[in-house]
Amino acid sequence: MTKTLNLTLKVWRQKGQNSKGSFETYNAKGISSDMSFLEMIDVINEQLTIDGIEPIAFDHDCREGICGMCGTVVNGRPHGPEKGTTLCQLHMRHFSDGDTIVVEPWRSRAFKVIKDLVVDRSALDKIIQAGGYISVNTGGAPDANAILVSQETAEKAMDAAACIGCGACVAACPNASAMLFTSAKISQLALLPQGKPEAAKRAMEMVRTMDGLGFGNCTNERECEAECPKEISIVNIARMNREFFKAAFLS
Amino acid sequence: MRLDAKIPAGPLAEKWDRHRFELKLVNPANKRKFEIIVVGTGLAGGSASASLAELGYNVKTFCIQDSPRRAHSIAAQGGINASKNYQNDGDSDWRLFYDTVKGGDFRAREANVYRLAQLSGNIIDQCVAQGVPFAREYGGQLANRSFGGAQVSRTFYARGQTGQQLLLGAYSALSRQVAAGKVTMYPRREMLDVVVADGQARGIIVRNLVTGEIEKYAADAVILASGGYANVFFLSTNAMASNVTAAYRAYKKGACFANPCFTQIHPTCIPVHGTYQSKLTLMSESLRNDGRVWVPKKPGDKRSPSQIPESERDYYLENKYPSFGNLVPRDVASRNAKEQCDIGKGVGETGLAVYLDFADAIKRDGKEVIAKKYGNLFQMYEKITADNPYETPMMIYPAVHYTMGGLWVDYNLMSTIDGLFVLGEANFSDHGANRLGASALMQGLADGYFIIPYTIGGYLAGNAKKKVTTEHPAFNESLAQIDSQVKRLLSIKGKRTVDDFHRQLGNIMWEYCGMSRNDAGLEKARELIRSLRGEFWENVIVPGSGSDFNQSLERAGRVADFLEFGELMVIDALSRRESCGGHFNEGYQTEDNEAMRDDENFCHVSAWEYTGYEKEPLLNREPLVFENVKLTQRSYK
Repeated sequence: MTKTLNLTLKVWRQKGQNSKGSFETYNAKGISSDMSFLEMIDVINEQLTIDGIEPIAFDHDCREGICGMCGTVVNGRPHGPEKGTTLCQLHMRHFSDGDTIVVEPWRSRAFKVIKDLVVDRSALDKIIQAGGYISVNTGGAPDANAILVSQETAEKAMDAAACIGCGACVAACPNASAMLFTSAKISQLALLPQGKPEAAKRAMEMVRTMDGLGFGNCTNERECEAECPKEISIVNIARMNREFFKAAFLS
Repeated sequence: MRLDAKIPAGPLAEKWDRHRFELKLVNPANKRKFEIIVVGTGLAGGSASASLAELGYNVKTFCIQDSPRRAHSIAAQGGINASKNYQNDGDSDWRLFYDTVKGGDFRAREANVYRLAQLSGNIIDQCVAQGVPFAREYGGQLANRSFGGAQVSRTFYARGQTGQQLLLGAYSALSRQVAAGKVTMYPRREMLDVVVADGQARGIIVRNLVTGEIEKYAADAVILASGGYANVFFLSTNAMASNVTAAYRAYKKGACFANPCFTQIHPTCIPVHGTYQSKLTLMSESLRNDGRVWVPKKPGDKRSPSQIPESERDYYLENKYPSFGNLVPRDVASRNAKEQCDIGKGVGETGLAVYLDFADAIKRDGKEVIAKKYGNLFQMYEKITADNPYETPMMIYPAVHYTMGGLWVDYNLMSTIDGLFVLGEANFSDHGANRLGASALMQGLADGYFIIPYTIGGYLAGNAKKKVTTEHPAFNESLAQIDSQVKRLLSIKGKRTVDDFHRQLGNIMWEYCGMSRNDAGLEKARELIRSLRGEFWENVIVPGSGSDFNQSLERAGRVADFLEFGELMVIDALSRRESCGGHFNEGYQTEDNEAMRDDENFCHVSAWEYTGYEKEPLLNREPLVFENVKLTQRSYK
């Protein structure tokens, strides 16, 4: 059943990276319970625009939970209260009439605020650039079926590869660690035969780059796994640590 | 303008080989002297950037999102076709070629499509080597499925996230070249103009979306891989930032726009549920393998589906198309859903939906089997609608999904501007009037990995060019023009928001230039678009400033282009006096209401040439010559 909600929003507003931010309060009236969270912000923004106020800046793109562009902390939880759900797929039926909702950007030393709820996540790209690939040029690949991969291995690699790079794991972690993100890529490639030749170098360089970018360490809080919209498992962190120590020990 | 497709001579299967031999090569030591700009980092742009950098070119790559990994290719669900014939079920390059040409209702170029089929296998090899985790059989070989009504199993997939995994493969190759210093990556940039200096594309003007600064970049050649324009309809399955601006501004600089009215409407999307809706979500068409489509027999029947007895249901696809039933192609399924809703038999609160019912499949195969096949889709549906498809039929309705039209390119993927290449959905080349499922990923990657690395070399080696820098007057002219447009948008300070205009334009396009078109409606749409465009430039409100992060301003520029481009689509639809694939003009249909082509007069590509603001564009025709396939009428009875 579609219901209509009246909500109070406390939204983080910050003009730019070097400005001081603060919470502003907005009333969201007549919100349909069938709306997505982002559509609710759209509605507020349309009204702000008409009133001559700059709308709330927020990142979003595919709105079907796969591009990884959206994400804010809602009532203290990255991507809001629903498990395994990105913010764009969170619907307002999970809130009640009269609720107060606090919305703020990802917070981490490695993610600087650009404006309002928009942060700079380029550090995640830098981690991938450090080794999140298999060094193969275009052309000259052998026939695809020349490399056999057991179904079980392919499934595990796919579980890790499902990461959308949104950064919720970093925002969820009390240490702002990017270990779940980094380990997902290291795992995917270490599991597959194609990725084995560079596994040691990859693990060393990606972990060093991650540390150098100002991400924190893992202290087994497991918040990352709990908040990951793609439910990436912390088994990947254990796998990354194994790869890293193996590489460090052998080098 | 004379259009020369530059199709190589010789038998179909030998054209590409022969052409590769005839193309001039750039000496390996000279490649580092060339700069190439790539706009867009989807499958086409990402794979092109990586492959060109591997060859030694210096590449500057631009994307609109905060990271190249987020391009909209990521949202493709179903899979990617390749004529590997791993299943021993009779597939071949020839069959993939034929299916694609026929599926496109004979409005694509034979030579391009055959090359696409030839390269399809290389793509799978390349992606596997990169570590793309495709689905596997127990023995470790790659798994395949049949998709979109194809009679062979040639679709490779990675769960329901094939686009994501292929894009992450291209992104990883791109990241490696960024680390190697061969690609300079410019994220959060929006291309606002192509700079044409002395008759050649020599650079671009972009807006830095973080600082608001208008920036100039020069190069020896420019590649556009900026995707499709489905968001002209406001509601589509495309990502929010997908737009026509890069392609449209190239059109204004002299690149012909081909077949803009060829748009694909996908039959199985989650219906619109309110005026606030921002985006439509596709449900994989594999659902039609087991779901039965129906509506109540009586118009206006508002009972819940469980209260409507079997005898009062109309399984209209099964009744009308006994041999294909629920599996008719996308365009046919979409048009029929609209027809049912137009006569008042639509269901749900808005009356703009039909049922897709799994009750019989569950009764036949058991819930577990159905869950294994479609579990993730059912879950996604429930997340969005709060309805459980195991218990109550899904509601679906067609939505705009893909655009076959795009900038005209020759066999080398070069537009009518010298040195401007166009790849992926942004060009028009391979899908004709209707794209088959699992073919978009194939085309994007063929263009980027395996075609452009050869053809751009031929262009760069072929004519010695004098270096052009951003000091060339053409850059400053273009920059001044962009700057003044930004200032103008900010200074209107009217009363209606950008989205409000966009939504209204979308309604016009959907109503009159959507699934089914007629001359009177198209004429009316033209008037409506013109007057809406007039109002936009007087009454739009764009808050904030041009010198920082301003999403309203970004959207305003895109909608301004959609308001011009929408009219071009209508003009194209009006000029094509036939029905074919995604273009259905009610005046041209068979007795059974199927699309009726006119091969005598319209077996051509319509390539539109810009002549000035609010001036009639010029139509150039590229005749399509079919030497290898016989043109037939599609029938699904």
